[in-house]
Amino acid sequence: MNLEILYFAWLRERIGHPKESVETDAETVGALIRELRAREDRYALAFSDLDAVRVAVDQELCDLDTPLEGAREVAFFPPMTGG
Amino acid sequence: MHIRVQQNAFDYGEECARFAAGRTDTGAVVTFCGIVRAPENAVLYRMEIEHYPGMTERALAQIAQSAIQRWDLHDCLIIHRYGPLTAGAQIMMVATASRHRADAFAAADFLMDYLKSRAPFWKKEITDQGTNWVAAKDTDEAALKRW
Repeated sequence: MNLEILYFAWLRERIGHPKESVETDAETVGALIRELRAREDRYALAFSDLDAVRVAVDQELCDLDTPLEGAREVAFFPPMTGG
Repeated sequence: MHIRVQQNAFDYGEECARFAAGRTDTGAVVTFCGIVRAPENAVLYRMEIEHYPGMTERALAQIAQSAIQRWDLHDCLIIHRYGPLTAGAQIMMVATASRHRADAFAAADFLMDYLKSRAPFWKKEITDQGTNWVAAKDTDEAALKRW
């Protein structure tokens, strides 16, 4: 499947771009992160501490076990600091 | 329910007046305005607020909807800015209206707690000491357990 992946805040800075299109067979968010980590050092660095990473699938917050079937957009970002 | 995500400044006084006007059954309006604060021991050149267009509006609407379901609100308003801001600038505001004050106060407090940790905004401080992404506080996450 083809996924649009978005990165925000320091994840965007570490990875070096705000979004990319990825072809993947990953079944869950966790599996997608493992694929991304294996790509290059900057990905491994960005995803080195998963306690500091939040995920949204199709703009809804979710966790590492969330399945990706039918998903179009996955976003990775640090804990939010609104207000 | 009114949700606005914008780069431009808003006029807090005007927004409060407009929000409070026009109803005869509302007995209480609570408003809160968040302001860019300079860090201690550093000169803040600017604060850059990044957000997730699309998800931001959606998350704010969900948070507002939760407040409306939970308390007896006549209306609620959330305005949140993004982009570069300087110390003293207004970042965001919430307003709630209800028949009695208890609901308006509680709902405004709830909106702020959820905005802090569940609305996709991130703040970067650019100071004379360097740049720094503002970290989420454990106390902000813990605050959600109150509700």
